[in-house]
Amino acid sequence: MNDVKRPIPRSDEPDTAAFWQGTKEKEFRYQQCKRCNTVVFYSRRHCTGCTDGELEWKTSAGTGSVYTFSVVRQSYHPFFRNMVPYVVAWIDMDEGPRILSNVTGVAPEDVSVGQKVQVEWEEHETLNIPLFKPI
Amino acid sequence: MSSDRDAAIVGIHEYPSRDVEGEVSPLQIKAESAARALEDAGLNWSDVDAIYDAGDGGGMGGLNIAEYFGLKPNVIDTTNVGGSSYEFHAAHAKRDIAAGKAKVALLTYGSTAHSNARAIGVGGRGGPGMHPAENMDAFAGMTLIANYAMVARRHMHQYGTTSEQLAEISTATRYHAMRNPEAVKAMEDLEFLDIRETTISDVVNSRMIADPLHLLECCMISDGGGAVVIASPEVARDCRKPPVWILGGGEATKYPENGGDITTSAAAQSAPQAFGEAGVTPAEIDIAMVYDSFSITVLTLLEDLGFCKKGEGGSWVQGGKLRFDQSGGPALNTDGGGLSSNHPGMRGIFLLIEAARQLRGESTSQVADARLAVAHGNGGMLGSRHAAGTVILGRD
Repeated sequence: MNDVKRPIPRSDEPDTAAFWQGTKEKEFRYQQCKRCNTVVFYSRRHCTGCTDGELEWKTSAGTGSVYTFSVVRQSYHPFFRNMVPYVVAWIDMDEGPRILSNVTGVAPEDVSVGQKVQVEWEEHETLNIPLFKPI
Repeated sequence: MSSDRDAAIVGIHEYPSRDVEGEVSPLQIKAESAARALEDAGLNWSDVDAIYDAGDGGGMGGLNIAEYFGLKPNVIDTTNVGGSSYEFHAAHAKRDIAAGKAKVALLTYGSTAHSNARAIGVGGRGGPGMHPAENMDAFAGMTLIANYAMVARRHMHQYGTTSEQLAEISTATRYHAMRNPEAVKAMEDLEFLDIRETTISDVVNSRMIADPLHLLECCMISDGGGAVVIASPEVARDCRKPPVWILGGGEATKYPENGGDITTSAAAQSAPQAFGEAGVTPAEIDIAMVYDSFSITVLTLLEDLGFCKKGEGGSWVQGGKLRFDQSGGPALNTDGGGLSSNHPGMRGIFLLIEAARQLRGESTSQVADARLAVAHGNGGMLGSRHAAGTVILGRD
């Protein structure tokens, strides 16, 4: 049986650690600049919109839509090879962040561009992974 | 202001084998290709005073490659932007030669991706690394093919593009591959099934790898390599073969942006620079050497290069106009491309090599009186972070 785990993000990566910290509370956090309103995602220390930015952490409502997707039918990855077919998608959160994730809990043929989705947390020991299911 | 006679491709070589059975190293492929390309130009190792290297030989390319070749170059450019590295290198070589920093530039590539059994297309990204973007993406299990497939999906959604239209790219390149003995040998060595010209229906009925991309829309994984020698006008004048002038170059990168349009690539930024510098328009181009990692790569890039409007690529490529013996569009990837001739991971050097062959009159799918070519490399992944290098080439 497949006891290989999904790749788990590192909690000590300097820029994205705070995002992953938030997932422990099942919160989808993102940054927005107080000065220029730029939404920064993935998280960083600097604002990408202005040089004197002041980034503020916000929490998404967890809903968004499928910007685009693919159904992976062949993978040699030790974990994902046993998951095929599965859906990889870029998800546009309603507040602006775009994240790469999986759409789960639905047959691949029922996924579509523009479909409304909401975050569904996959629980792990050190953090939780934001996957998405159709609303 | 750069002139259009600053530098020319004077020597080329494409390493013939696509399956070295583990008996030749990437460095050895680079050196062998370099020697043959210098020979093609009528030059020698001692003439080289500039090296461009993407680090494909391993180690720190800039530190090791001159020693390995036995050279003492004045210019060492280690730009590595994946498969588009060689278009960057060619443009940089033109710039460096025009600035008087060098007279003879050497670009080399070697890879044993096939022998190493690297699953380039369907391997997941490695475990989460230290780059923040990777730390966000790796959990989702996106394969390289799925990355491009997501561009295709969005292109279909936004513009009504069909799989049949995308298949035109695959059938045109296979048409050219069947005329190229090295491409046919490559497909044999890599154990392609049923090696022949393909139809639209062959492509759309081949196995789905990552929806909506089918097997025959994906490039091969070969061994291979090559070399390109670029020289100043003074040196080019005395070379064995007619010069292929580098008329213009452009470079750019693009990456995922919140709210960004995945159907437009970095080529939309690099192409106007290159065409502008060259003073030519896409309509004048005879030969389009466009990185064909997948069908959708070419369709997107043809639009961004300006051959047609964004979103109209699907209908524009229909009817076989990309074949070397058809009119109405440039001849596409006349060597057979990455889809059907050679793709060891970073194909950009072959775009320059086949463009030069066409402008010399040496292609196996020769376009009569070909005068202008574009070589466009795409490095990285089209559906997320990628680099674009556009080079316009012309003959006297």
